[in-house]
Amino acid sequence: MSIKNKIQKADEAVSVIGDGASIMIGGFLCCGMAEILIDALVKKGSKNLTLIVNDASFPGRGVDKLLSAGQVKRLIAGHVGTNPNVVKRVNAPQKSDRLECILVPLGTIAERIRAGGFGLGGFLTTVGIGTLAAKGKKTVSVDGKKYLLELPLKADFAFIYASVADKFGNGAYRGSTRNLNPLMASAAKHSILAAKEIVEIGQIDPNNIVTPGIFIKSIVEG
Amino acid sequence: MKDPKEIIAARAAKELKDGEIVNLGIGLPTMVADYLPEGSNIVLQSENGILNMGVSAKEGEEDFEIINAGGKCVTVKSGAVFTDSAVSFGIIRGGHVDTTVLGALEVDEKGNLSNWIIPNVLMPGMGGAMDLAAGANKVIVTMLHSQKGKPKIVKKCSLPYTALKVVNLIVTEMAVIEVVREGLLLKEINPDYTLQEVKKLTGARLIISPNL
Repeated sequence: MSIKNKIQKADEAVSVIGDGASIMIGGFLCCGMAEILIDALVKKGSKNLTLIVNDASFPGRGVDKLLSAGQVKRLIAGHVGTNPNVVKRVNAPQKSDRLECILVPLGTIAERIRAGGFGLGGFLTTVGIGTLAAKGKKTVSVDGKKYLLELPLKADFAFIYASVADKFGNGAYRGSTRNLNPLMASAAKHSILAAKEIVEIGQIDPNNIVTPGIFIKSIVEG
Repeated sequence: MKDPKEIIAARAAKELKDGEIVNLGIGLPTMVADYLPEGSNIVLQSENGILNMGVSAKEGEEDFEIINAGGKCVTVKSGAVFTDSAVSFGIIRGGHVDTTVLGALEVDEKGNLSNWIIPNVLMPGMGGAMDLAAGANKVIVTMLHSQKGKPKIVKKCSLPYTALKVVNLIVTEMAVIEVVREGLLLKEINPDYTLQEVKKLTGARLIISPNL
């Protein structure tokens, strides 16, 4: 199989990310998170970023590195309770420093990303009906039952983690590292994969590959 | 006297039946797992993508690629399954979770639940709570009966809702209360407390069970 070499150093891989970009970052409380790409993006210093994440990590780890460096303008997350820096940034005295934090039910964020990656115009759910999560959303009745219309989420970039990937970017996951990673890989224009281990094409049993490498633009070891 | 949270966790554990698929929320609900009877056959679902989760990992034996939804290293039982978030929440929303145990800031007499935000004070986010409250077949709330003398079981929640009309059972250190069509049915009182004490710290009308 003849393929383009996708393997890059982390700095090279994130060099395409400019100010104002939207980035999906996989991981659940830092498990299955491409920390090496986050570190490289902190070094690059891109600003006014929109991050789409499961949670806000812990102080000093994961997406907090980007938050603390003042690189994030908008955070779309399911849960931010593990990181007190988020509340501080949301209530920052200087308006220009303030973080916009949009909270979305975790299942809804996952399904919106899936819709974004897989060509769906949205989906209907009862989750969030009668709550602040329904604010500004259309409701649709199906067979007499009321649902919220949730719209697809897409992004410019995605940081994907896999436990093992081959040189085409086919990824496999161990344990609970999978979380949003396979969904996000499909929903961004440019997905970068960080793999703990990189192997030759054909070395991962096709039965065990979860993320097809066609979604992956570049691969970083780490 | 025992830690009230231990009393709550031990009592809530008795509500879980063998063979059930159960999701335990973060914090006090997680403690319920420690009180399940030895050899019980309950399938624990963790929203970060584990079915058939086991006990916490021993120190020195942690696998950092296997965590629970609270970020702690855990083990998995034989027959466990790892899934992505779409499958995990599909299981939850699709009604495949029999029972969820959740913490709460407030529960009201209609079974409405508030547990994700105190505006301008605390905004942890709903995490998976809205999905669980809306999707699980049975919602058990475990919480302290009151907060600094202020009832948490109220006529109408004052905090933003997590979900409407979803709570089936409330387990506190003082009492076990079922949400029924007519309101709140007081089913059990911890013998360390009197009915008067329970009523005093409850902000809604209680229907006293004839079996009490």
